[in-house]
Amino acid sequence: MSAKRTPRALTGDDAVGEAMRQINPDVVPAYPITPQTEIMHHFAKYVANGEVDTELICVESEHSAMSAAVGASCAGARVMTATAANGLALMWEIVYIAASTRLPIVMNVVNRALSGPINIHCDHSDSMGCRDSGWIQIYSETAQEAYEHTMMAMRIAENHDVLLPVMVCQDGFITSHSVERVDVFEDEDIKKWVGEFVPKYTLLNTDNPHTVGPLDLYDYYFEHKRQQMDAMEKAKGVIKQVFSEFEKFSGKPFDFIESYRLDDADTAIVALSSSCGTIKDVVDDLREKGQKVGLLKIRVFRPFMPEMITTALKSCKGVAILDRSASFGGFGGPIFTEVRSAFHEWKEKPHIINYIYGLGGREFTIKHAHQVFNELEEVKKGNLGIKVRSLGSRE
Amino acid sequence: MSGESWKEIPIGGVIEKAGNSKEYKTGSWRSNRPIHVPDKCIHCMICWIVCPDCAVKAKDGNFSHFDYDYCKGCGNCAARCPKDAIVMKTELEAQKEDEK
Ligand code: SF4
Ligand code: SF4
Repeated sequence: MSAKRTPRALTGDDAVGEAMRQINPDVVPAYPITPQTEIMHHFAKYVANGEVDTELICVESEHSAMSAAVGASCAGARVMTATAANGLALMWEIVYIAASTRLPIVMNVVNRALSGPINIHCDHSDSMGCRDSGWIQIYSETAQEAYEHTMMAMRIAENHDVLLPVMVCQDGFITSHSVERVDVFEDEDIKKWVGEFVPKYTLLNTDNPHTVGPLDLYDYYFEHKRQQMDAMEKAKGVIKQVFSEFEKFSGKPFDFIESYRLDDADTAIVALSSSCGTIKDVVDDLREKGQKVGLLKIRVFRPFMPEMITTALKSCKGVAILDRSASFGGFGGPIFTEVRSAFHEWKEKPHIINYIYGLGGREFTIKHAHQVFNELEEVKKGNLGIKVRSLGSRE
Repeated sequence: MSGESWKEIPIGGVIEKAGNSKEYKTGSWRSNRPIHVPDKCIHCMICWIVCPDCAVKAKDGNFSHFDYDYCKGCGNCAARCPKDAIVMKTELEAQKEDEK
């Protein structure tokens, strides 16, 4: 039997604030930045009302927020924080340190464009920029997913085979500020499901004093990086395990990817986050007209699952990868390069093109999804044309 | 590169044993070596005070010797000695003299 839940009308930010209240972390260092601010508005209220016993540290910048998160996590605390865009950029140095010090911090990133010119709306250039930082990255299509991913992130991060920080991403404004139905679990059930954090090391253990963050030169640094690669590898098994435990708890299946009507698809779109909802509508529409189209939603981008992705797309002759971030001077966006390279050994592979879209909150509508599926009709015949295209910009 | 495999060391650069800086022999950094000249020394112990690596060893309140396992050759002691009782030699020079 799956756990009891109550439907509520919440924004993505509300939903994450709610998840944090239910998790009741020991320490939350935070600094406000649009469109993440509302998460901390809610959470600060819970702290003030005594609904959680978290120590909320109001710091003077995101660099300090992540630094305080690192310190608290080294001390053995369960730590959460949230940020977006330039806030994440300011954290940068410490984002890497959190991962390499193997601290299971959970951070909600409300995806927003990086300045400049100044823009506060959605794209993925902030979190995509730190895809190599050693954080696990989970992308949410809806407020419901942002809520559920946050619960699961805590368990994944704190597993002793992993001990890596996790970024739970949702789309700025599109998800963070839109009210949706969110099914919220009971406080007690979540408390039990998330469980107690058992740190591997804690600086407060005076019986076994140890050093964290020492100088680590050419004689050991590489070995520590090798361990991080291994932890990401092990995270694959742990994420699978946590997904299946959450399925038992909630009755809802989760996987690294979501295949939407892909089984016999001729053409497909690969995307992350809220755009997937729009694409699903268009897939249904075109399917009704007899067109064999599908969607591959990537939920977990780090660790990346090449075999799973290529297998899901195996029936396709034409595939469009949608990247909501540009890699200036690169061969397409980050999702494109990785998916395309995952197909390298395949003899019969689909023709794959890339669309850079939605930068700075530029709308992605059903019109755009239709355009992509239309253009894929040519692409699937091998007429690739421009491999990296721009979708929705004024040409 | 010798040493343990990544599978054998603590994660995240954690050092599980306290007080281990002793095991880090900073003497390997040295390119200049302080040499004591006993005839000139008045045992004022200024060198002992200024050495950043506790590499000046005292005995009964007097200068005893340099601990070359940790002396990194910064030359602070020689610069501060009021009696020029410490001379800095290059390691190459000093090693050649050792061999004699
Ligand atoms: S500073 Fe010079 S004189 Fe004083 S104890 Fe050291 S070597 Fe001797
Ligand atoms: S050279 Fe530097 S490290 Fe060596 S004994 Fe003198 S002060 Fe100490």
